[in-house]
Amino acid sequence: MSTQAQANPSGADLAISDEVMIGLTGVNKWYGQFHVLKDIDLTVLKGERIVICGPSGSGKSTLIRCINRLEEHQRGRIVVDGIELTHDLKNIEKVRREVGMVFQHFNLFPHLTVLDNLTLAPIWVKKVPKKEAEEVAMHYLKRVKIPEQAGKFPGQLSGGQQQRVAIARSLCMSPKVMLFDEPTSALDPEMIKEVLDVMIELARSGMTMICVTHEMGFARTVANRVIFMDKGEIIEQNEPEEFFNNPKSDRTKLFLSQILHH
Amino acid sequence: MTDMTDQSIVPGTRPDLPPPVTESGVIGWLRHNLFSSWWDSLLTLSAIYIVYLIVPPFISWAFVNADWQFLPSVISGEKAPEFSDCTSGGACWIFVRARFGQFFYGFYPDAERWRVNLVLVMLVASIYGLLSERIKNKKPIAWFFFAVFPLLAFFLLYGGIGLPVVPTQQWGGFMLTLTLAGIGIVFSLPIGILLALGRRSQLPIVHLLCVLFIEFARGVPLITILFMANVMLPLFLPQGVEFNILLRVLIGVTLFASAYMAEVIRGGLQALPKGQYEGAMAMGLGYWAMMRLIIMPQALRVAIPGIVNNFISLTQDTTLVAIVGLYDFLNIVRAGSRDSNWIGTEIEGYVFCAFVYWIFCFAMSRYSMRIERKLQTGHKR
Amino acid sequence: MALAKGAPESGAVANPATPQVIAFWRDERKRGMIAQVVVVAALLGFIWFLLRNFLIKQEMSGAPPLSLYFLQDVAGFQLSFSLIPLTLDSPIGRVIFAGALNTLIAAFFAGIIATFLGLLVGIARLSKNWLISHIAATYIEIIRNIPLLLQLVFWYGGVLTALPKPKDSISLLDVVFLNIKGLFLPKPILQEGVGLFFIAIAVAIGLAIFIARWARKRQMATGQQFPTIIVNTALIILLPAFVFVLLHDPIGWEFPEKGAFNFKGGLTVQPEMTALIVGIGISTAAYVAEIVRAGIISVSHGQSEASHALGLKSSWTLRLVVLPQALRVIIPPMISQYLNVVKNSTLAGFIGYADLFAVIGTSQNQTGRAVECVVILMVFYLTISLIISTIMNVYNKRAALIER
Repeated sequence: MSTQAQANPSGADLAISDEVMIGLTGVNKWYGQFHVLKDIDLTVLKGERIVICGPSGSGKSTLIRCINRLEEHQRGRIVVDGIELTHDLKNIEKVRREVGMVFQHFNLFPHLTVLDNLTLAPIWVKKVPKKEAEEVAMHYLKRVKIPEQAGKFPGQLSGGQQQRVAIARSLCMSPKVMLFDEPTSALDPEMIKEVLDVMIELARSGMTMICVTHEMGFARTVANRVIFMDKGEIIEQNEPEEFFNNPKSDRTKLFLSQILHH
Repeated sequence: MTDMTDQSIVPGTRPDLPPPVTESGVIGWLRHNLFSSWWDSLLTLSAIYIVYLIVPPFISWAFVNADWQFLPSVISGEKAPEFSDCTSGGACWIFVRARFGQFFYGFYPDAERWRVNLVLVMLVASIYGLLSERIKNKKPIAWFFFAVFPLLAFFLLYGGIGLPVVPTQQWGGFMLTLTLAGIGIVFSLPIGILLALGRRSQLPIVHLLCVLFIEFARGVPLITILFMANVMLPLFLPQGVEFNILLRVLIGVTLFASAYMAEVIRGGLQALPKGQYEGAMAMGLGYWAMMRLIIMPQALRVAIPGIVNNFISLTQDTTLVAIVGLYDFLNIVRAGSRDSNWIGTEIEGYVFCAFVYWIFCFAMSRYSMRIERKLQTGHKR
Repeated sequence: MALAKGAPESGAVANPATPQVIAFWRDERKRGMIAQVVVVAALLGFIWFLLRNFLIKQEMSGAPPLSLYFLQDVAGFQLSFSLIPLTLDSPIGRVIFAGALNTLIAAFFAGIIATFLGLLVGIARLSKNWLISHIAATYIEIIRNIPLLLQLVFWYGGVLTALPKPKDSISLLDVVFLNIKGLFLPKPILQEGVGLFFIAIAVAIGLAIFIARWARKRQMATGQQFPTIIVNTALIILLPAFVFVLLHDPIGWEFPEKGAFNFKGGLTVQPEMTALIVGIGISTAAYVAEIVRAGIISVSHGQSEASHALGLKSSWTLRLVVLPQALRVIIPPMISQYLNVVKNSTLAGFIGYADLFAVIGTSQNQTGRAVECVVILMVFYLTISLIISTIMNVYNKRAALIER
C-alpha cells in the first residue's frame, strides 16, 4: 500500500513524515449558513488512538465523516495516507478503501446474511475471490467472538452482536484507519462492554483509530490523545491523564463535570 | 371477597371459570357484533333486508334458474347454439360455454392454442418460483423470467422458425389482456427504476427531466396516451417504418406504467434509512455498485406490494385498448354478446367477465397484502 | 508510540499546493455535468429525429402545417348533450369546449357521489357491527377488483337498458321519473324575490361563522362554553326557511309531464350521463372508503386513550384529537382521487356520452389533425392535474405536522 504515495505525487509532498496517517489543515465546513467546522487542524500519526468528545452538535461526527468523505469539506485540506481528498472520485474511492467506519446505528445491510455483509466489499471493491473473502470474514468473526452467527441475518442479532459484526465488516477490508462514530450510544448498557472489549483488543493490535465516544473509561484505557470539541472548534487536546485530571479550559471542565458526575 | 375464611382455594390455583353466557358463545357473539344497542339492531335488520333483496334473486338468476347445458341438437352438431336455446329465464351460461375458447384465446387458431397454454404454464411456474419462499436461489429464475422468457414467449406466440406465424390481429381475449399487462409490467420495471433514480438524483437536469416525464404520464388518462400512440406516433416514425397497432399500444402502456412504477420504487427508496447509503459508501462501493448490491434489493422488496398493485391496475386498465380496436377480454365478450345469435346475453357476458377479472385481481391483491404484512414484521426471516 | 503533545503543528500537511488538475472523468462535479450533457444531447437528438421524420412525412403527404385555425371551421357534428347551445354550424372549437364542460360537469357530480358514498362505506367498514362492516368490505373488494370500464358498460348496457319504457316509468312521489330514456327531475324556476332567499342563506352562514368564532374566543377568554353546533344548525335551517315562507314560495318547480312518447319539461338527465356519473361515483367511492378507513385507523389507539384519560368525552375526542389527525392523512389521497375522477371520465366515449375525449376523437377523425388534437387533450388534462396538485401542495404545506 505504500505505493499509493508514489502513485499520487500531488499528495506525496504533503505527507512529510511516514509517521503521519491523517492530516487536516484549516478544514472548514458549513451546512447552509451554519458553520459546523471552524479551521480544524489535526494530525494523526500511524498507530495513534484518538478519542474525540464534546457536547452534541459540536461537529465531532461531522469531522470524522469528512475523513472518509461522507461529508464534503468546503475549505482546507484533508490528506489520508498521502492521498488528498478532493473532487477526484478515484482518490475518494482509495481513501474509503483504507478507512473503515463503524456507525452509531451499525448500518448493517439487513437483506444480507452476516457473512455476506462481511464479504461484500472485499468481493466487489477489492475484487478478492469469494472463497478467500469468506475465509477472511470468518477470521474476523472469530476475532469479534461471534463466528457461530455467520449464517444469520442482522435482524436476528442483538445490538451488541450487530455492532461487533459491523466492526468485523470494516476490518475485512484491512483498513489502515478505523473511524468510530459513537459506536456504543445506541446500545443497551449490558451490551456496551462486549463492543468496547473488541475495540480495546483492536487498539492493542496497533490499529490507528479515531473514536467519537463518551466512554471515558475507554478513553483512559486506550487513547493516546483526547480531543475536546465545541461549536465546531477543537478546544483542547491532551494525553488522557492530563486531560481528565487537569483540564485547561473552563468549557472542558464544565463538560467533564457534567458527564462524569451525573 | 366478603368471606375470606370460606376460601378453601390456595392463592394462584383458582380454576379458570367460563365467562358469563352473555359474553361468549353464539349469543355473546350476536350481542356483541350485531345487537349491542337498539341502533345497532336497527342497522343489522336493515342490512339483512338489503342482503335479502340482492342475494337470493341473484342466486336464483345465476344458478337455480340458469341454463347450463347445450341442447342435444347442438351437441350432435345439427345446429349452432343460440340465445333462444335458453328457456329457463335465468342466466344463459350456454353463451359463455359456446364462446369460451374465443374469450380466452381470441381469434388464435385452434390448432396453435397449445402455444398460448405453454407460455401461460411457463409464466405461472416462473412467477411461482420468484415469489415462493421455499425456493431460495432465485437468480436463475429471475434471469429466465426477465431475459429468456420474453423472447421465448414472443417466439411461441407470434411464431417463426418453424412455427406457423399467428399475426397479432388474431390475438385477443384473456390472452391479450395478460400479454398487455405482463409486457407492460416487465418493461416498465427497468424504466421505472431508472426514472426513480433519476428523480432522486442530485443532477438538476436529470432530476427535472424525470419529474417532467413522471408527472406528465401520471397527469393524463391512459386512454389519451393510447390515443396519442395510435394517431400521433405513426407521424413521427421514419418513412417506411410502421409499428403495428399492438406494438403502438404496448409502447403507450409501457411508458404509462413506468411512471407509476417509478413512484412505487421511489417510495421503496425513501423507506430506506440514510445509514444504508452511508454504510455502502464508507465501504468504498461506487454509485452503481451501491445501488445494485445494497439499495435496490432492499427498495424493490419494500416495493413489491406496490408493484403487484400496479399490475392489478394495469390489468384492469388494459380494457381501454378497445378504444383502438383491439379485442381484449372485455371487448371480445362485449362483441360476443352483440352477435346476432346471442342478442340479450349482455348481462351474462359482463357477469362472467367481472367474475374472471375479480378472481384474478383479488388473488393478486391478497398476495400483495400478505407481503406487506410480512414486511411490516421486519426483516427477520 | 509517537505521542503528539498539545496541538500537533499542522506543518505536516501545510504547503498550500497548487490546485491540482483532476482528469475530468475522475472529478465528481464534472462527471455529473458530463452525464447531464449526455442526457440532454441524447434527448435533443431523439427529438430532432422525430421532428425530421414528421416534417419529411408532412411534406410528402402534402398535409397542411400545424395550426389551431381549424378550430374555427364548422364542426358538422353535434353532441347529444351540451351545456352551451350548439348547432351543426358551430365551430369545432366551440364543440370541443362543450365537450370539456361535459367532462367537468360529469366529474363534479361523480365526485360528490364518490365523496358521500365513500365516507359512508368507509365508516361502515369500521363499524363494530359485524354485518355492516362485512357488507362494506364486500362492496369495496368487488368494486376494486373489477375494471372500471366493465362497471360502466354494465351500468349502461346492463342495468339502464333493463329500465322500463317511458309508459311504465319508475316514479318517486310522481315528481321524479326514471326510465330507459333517462332520469327526469323537477326543474327549479326562480321567481321574483328569490334573491332575498339566497341572501338569507348567505347571512345565516355568515352569522354561523361569526357565532362559532365568538364562542371560541369567549371560551378561550372566560372558559364558558356555548352550544355552537345546535345554535348554528338551527340558524342555518330556520332563517332561510322563515324567509322562504315570508316570500310565498320564491322558487317554482317545473315538473316533468308525460308526453306522447316521453316526459316533457323538467330537468332531464341522459342515461349516458347517469351511467357515467353513477358508475364512476360508485367505483371511486370504494377507493374513498379505503382512504377514510386508513385515515381513521392511522390515528393510533393511544391518542384516543390519552384523550379519554384527560377526561375529554367521546365527541370531543373525535373532534379535537382524532379527526384533525385523520384528516391530515385523508385529504391528500382524496385530492388525488378527484384527479382520478376527472381522468376516468374519459371512459365516457365507450357509453356514448360526449366528454372531451370523445369530442376530440371525433374531431381528429373528421379533420385528420392528430397532433393538434392530442396537444389540446394533453393541455386540458395537464392543466387540471396541475391545479389539483397545486391545491394538494398548498394543503400539505399548511397541514404538515411540525416535526423536527
